Amino acid sequence: MTPPPQAVLHQPLTLEFDYTRSLGPVLSQYLAGLAAKQVIGGVLSDGRVAVPPPEYDPLTHAAVTEMKPVSDEGVVVTWSWVAQPLPDQPLERPFAFALVLLDGADVPLLHAVDAGTPEAIHTGMRVRARWAAERVGSVRDLACFEPVGRPQVEHPGVEHPGVEHPDLEHPGVEHPGVEPVETPLITVTPVRLAYDYAASPEESVFGRALKEGRILAQTCPVCQKVYVPPRGACPVDGVPTSEPFELPDTGIVTTFCVVNVPFLGQRITPPYVSAYVLLDGADIAFLHLILGVEASQVRMGMRVRAVWKPEAERTFSMENISHFEPTGEPDADYESYRRHL
Amino acid sequence: MRDVAVVGFAQRQMRVFDGSPNCVELLVPILGELWEQTGWTKQDIGFWCSGSSDYLAGRSFSFVTAIDALGAVPPISESHVEMDGAWALYEAWLKIQTGEADTAVVYGFGKSSASTLRRTLALQLDPYTLTPLWPDTVSLAGLQARLGLEQGAWDEKAMAEVVARSRTSATSNEYAVRKGETSIDDVLARPLFADPLRTWDCAPVTDGAAAIVIAATDHLPASSERPAVITGIAHSVDSPSLGLRDLVRSPSAAAAAAAAGGAHGVDVAELHAPFSHQELILRSELGLDEDVSINPSGGALASNPMFSAGLIRIGEAARRIWSGEADKALAHATSGVALQQNLVCVMEAQA
Repeated sequence: MTPPPQAVLHQPLTLEFDYTRSLGPVLSQYLAGLAAKQVIGGVLSDGRVAVPPPEYDPLTHAAVTEMKPVSDEGVVVTWSWVAQPLPDQPLERPFAFALVLLDGADVPLLHAVDAGTPEAIHTGMRVRARWAAERVGSVRDLACFEPVGRPQVEHPGVEHPGVEHPDLEHPGVEHPGVEPVETPLITVTPVRLAYDYAASPEESVFGRALKEGRILAQTCPVCQKVYVPPRGACPVDGVPTSEPFELPDTGIVTTFCVVNVPFLGQRITPPYVSAYVLLDGADIAFLHLILGVEASQVRMGMRVRAVWKPEAERTFSMENISHFEPTGEPDADYESYRRHL
Repeated sequence: MRDVAVVGFAQRQMRVFDGSPNCVELLVPILGELWEQTGWTKQDIGFWCSGSSDYLAGRSFSFVTAIDALGAVPPISESHVEMDGAWALYEAWLKIQTGEADTAVVYGFGKSSASTLRRTLALQLDPYTLTPLWPDTVSLAGLQARLGLEQGAWDEKAMAEVVARSRTSATSNEYAVRKGETSIDDVLARPLFADPLRTWDCAPVTDGAAAIVIAATDHLPASSERPAVITGIAHSVDSPSLGLRDLVRSPSAAAAAAAAGGAHGVDVAELHAPFSHQELILRSELGLDEDVSINPSGGALASNPMFSAGLIRIGEAARRIWSGEADKALAHATSGVALQQNLVCVMEAQA
């Protein structure tokens, strides 16, 4: 967090969110099948059985309606070695991604093969599914594939296959048929993305000054507008802004709202005031908090000053300013700030 | 059809761009170069279109913040695609066809180094059956490469030839991040990174941005002496289901080339092949003759900035026409996994 002054500021950033998706009839059936340790393919218009079943036929584009169970054993069609698995991939130790053609299917499926070493996998090798111990209606219910005929290895938390196979020992000969799933499933895909987040050079200069209790602004050389916080280019003229200079930490409230509604993550008890603060000498107002005054007493044009956090608590963020509070000076004339509304 | 020409091109490519993920700091000087080349200002531009992705930037609406670089006052006519800038160029070309604009700036940008690119790109896959496995782009390309190797569609030496030629050609490209005089033996001596692929078979992670000016031929800038007129541009897509595709082929690339008028008589081709074997697929699908100069810039194996690498192929091909090195040039861009979606743009010197 403290690179030399000329470098830009960096900070690790992790974005996490779940995609929660409701499924149509085809994928509901496929994932319900996996939850029951049964792999189900879709019958295409040319008679081929595809796993996973596509929702629409690739040739006729008609909805795929006929489903057919296939084996959870098959052969490797092609593979590539993952020497350094990435977060959330099916295995944490080196493995192969492979296209696996299951017995009874005509279209191969992408999944991981737990082969141990690249020498232990080859095209044409027979593999079988290893099912997850807990199955929830996700493609991850099929944990991975493993070589057939290899002695079983203990894998904590993973149920051993072969113990409880569905009646699919001879697929392609007799199909027990697939009962339609009544209720559409919902599948959840957690997404975690890690970034090295960099600020722009202008934001970096601004952030470092904030740590020192100073507010820096920049001017557009064309339209002369004063920007704070700074930007990489004047959004009006598209030209780089000038060298930064310091502004006072006093200004006025242009417009504001009284927050009365509680919400998740709220840090101040309502009612309180969120306001646009226009610093003296700036052309762009920014959003901040007004405290030290009854919410009902806040007015457009009210003069305010920054209240800084103690130096020891400061980072490179606008949160170094705890809030703004009234200075007690007379309000600004409406005409003086109307063009900033 | 209105004739439209490529008349301006500027780019920046680097291993790591130490700046904000919306790349405004790169776009401002790039646009400055376009104004120098054309003698135009932003007032001369009728339409703006960009290609980028919030997943790469790690922030929402990154393409909106990038508009700071344009100076969008008074308001501009602007659009965006979550794809390579080559598809933004396609949209701009359509806009000019409609008559709603005569000129356009198209740009693409991306900071691939901000996250683990090959993992982030799992988010472009089928979200129900593929993304939850987090298959990385290198592994998926490896599946494709091995299929071709084992079926005899290509061999290791043919892949190494592509790598050696790309690295060697890139020595004259100031923006290439991976380059150097390289022989086939040099390539084959390298260790495997993702069996069957070597590191050099895979495009390097690259940050960067690029922009292109296109204009209807009745609205060319005065500076344009030998504009690269687009004689055909088309794109096509294959199934999102990996298993349903014949990965050794790229029918969508062939379809795009056919719809763009074909590769007959092309002097130069800039192909967006992020993996060595994919160039072999493309040369065959696009019907490129043996004597066509392929990727004089070094191509995507030399540098592959996400969301601008395809657009850069169009710029590099057009540049060869401006300079007189080529009379007819073909540019190709790809999107999606293992050459799933392909765009072909054929350009000729204005007679």
